Amino acid sequence: MTENNLVKALAEHEFFADLSAESLTALASIAEVIEVEPHTMIFEEGGHADAAYAIVDGSVALEMNMAHRAHHIVQTLHRGEMLGWGWLFPPHRWAFSALVLDTTQLIRFDGEKMRSLWDEDREFGYEMMKRFAHVMTDRLAATRLQLVDFYADRY
Amino acid sequence: MQTVTNPAVIDQMTPVPFRVRSVREELSHTFTLELEPPNGAFEFLPGQFTMVYAFGIGEVPISISSSSSNQGTILQTIRRTGAVTHALGHLKSGDYVGIRGPYGVPWPMDEIKGRDLLIIGGGIGLAPLRPAIYHALENRDDYERVVVLYGTRTPNEILFEEELGKWGARTDCTTMVTVDAADRGWNGAVGVVTRLIGRVGFDAANTTALVCGPEIMMTVTAERLMEVHSMAPENIYITMERNMKCAIGVCGHCQFGAKFICTDGAVFPYPEVEELFDVKGV
Ligand code: FES
Repeated sequence: MTENNLVKALAEHEFFADLSAESLTALASIAEVIEVEPHTMIFEEGGHADAAYAIVDGSVALEMNMAHRAHHIVQTLHRGEMLGWGWLFPPHRWAFSALVLDTTQLIRFDGEKMRSLWDEDREFGYEMMKRFAHVMTDRLAATRLQLVDFYADRY
Repeated sequence: MQTVTNPAVIDQMTPVPFRVRSVREELSHTFTLELEPPNGAFEFLPGQFTMVYAFGIGEVPISISSSSSNQGTILQTIRRTGAVTHALGHLKSGDYVGIRGPYGVPWPMDEIKGRDLLIIGGGIGLAPLRPAIYHALENRDDYERVVVLYGTRTPNEILFEEELGKWGARTDCTTMVTVDAADRGWNGAVGVVTRLIGRVGFDAANTTALVCGPEIMMTVTAERLMEVHSMAPENIYITMERNMKCAIGVCGHCQFGAKFICTDGAVFPYPEVEELFDVKGV
């Protein structure tokens, strides 16, 4: 994919909505588009978190391995969502495994380069951090609802 | 203790025997009774409920889960939670139950003609919504887009799974199912039902949402529809459950603030019950 097409793909992804052309171009310079087949593991729990992913199309399951329950799916992510923030903070480890459910198109960003980009342009970094924080709080709220037994009996 | 002497009230309080034609186990604690009215027809509207009497045990309010266009038999989907529902769960084909009704305000299917429908169910809350879904699909030209979103705990607890599959296979009905937890092998969505709302995309101004599930699920769903998707509260309808005795607005058992669930609901526009959701003990 050319850098122009990558900029266009980023502009169409809701996470990057309304970013300036300059910011999109900077992001495109550290990104690549990848297509992943079903049943492929994008990353594994405990592994080194070195990239951020934007889901352009398809579905990804976040799995957790527990002593009594292997491959427990805690959430699925879909078109328009971001995948993974283990690359953001030390020790840069994945908290979950990410398994592709349908053929999935992703934009992959190099984690280290992304952090450098934000450090170089703090205003841009702050904007991106706000967007990631919003995604994190949204997911946390959804996870809380999963924990309170949202569908407890009715009737 | 008061004695009811009004003949009209006594008449409405007298159950009519309906024959059990079949009993279908839906989930581990949930079953559906297929009931035959004595005179061969029973008229009701989507969203209405009946009082179902297990002879000698007691009565419970149960939503009708079948199509209102089929009056020859009615379906009532019931979860085993107490003495009465357990007794109903032991019925066999050929047995009888007592039925009063139908009662309650139905889903506003006529008022929302020409609009997009966003039907959101949680757990067994899909049962009271099913007649609305049937109605929309049987009168497909009366509505624009029809979207059914359903959430439940696990893949083993998907109510009406076969039908959800059939609705999803139609080109004129978007259907999405999500569960709270699953193991590898489940290929669908995992996460609460509100996460599906953002995925379907809809025109908030031209959409009416019908929501049914536990109160927390309905509150969170309604808030999400209003705050994140800019839907006007009056375009959101929910259906309430409370203990009921008379079901005709006499006894006060179902009182919810200034409302009686049995006669003012059980379907309500969200603004009518919004404040009461926050009041503990109401
Ligand atoms: S159940 Fe008696 S007033 Fe509603």
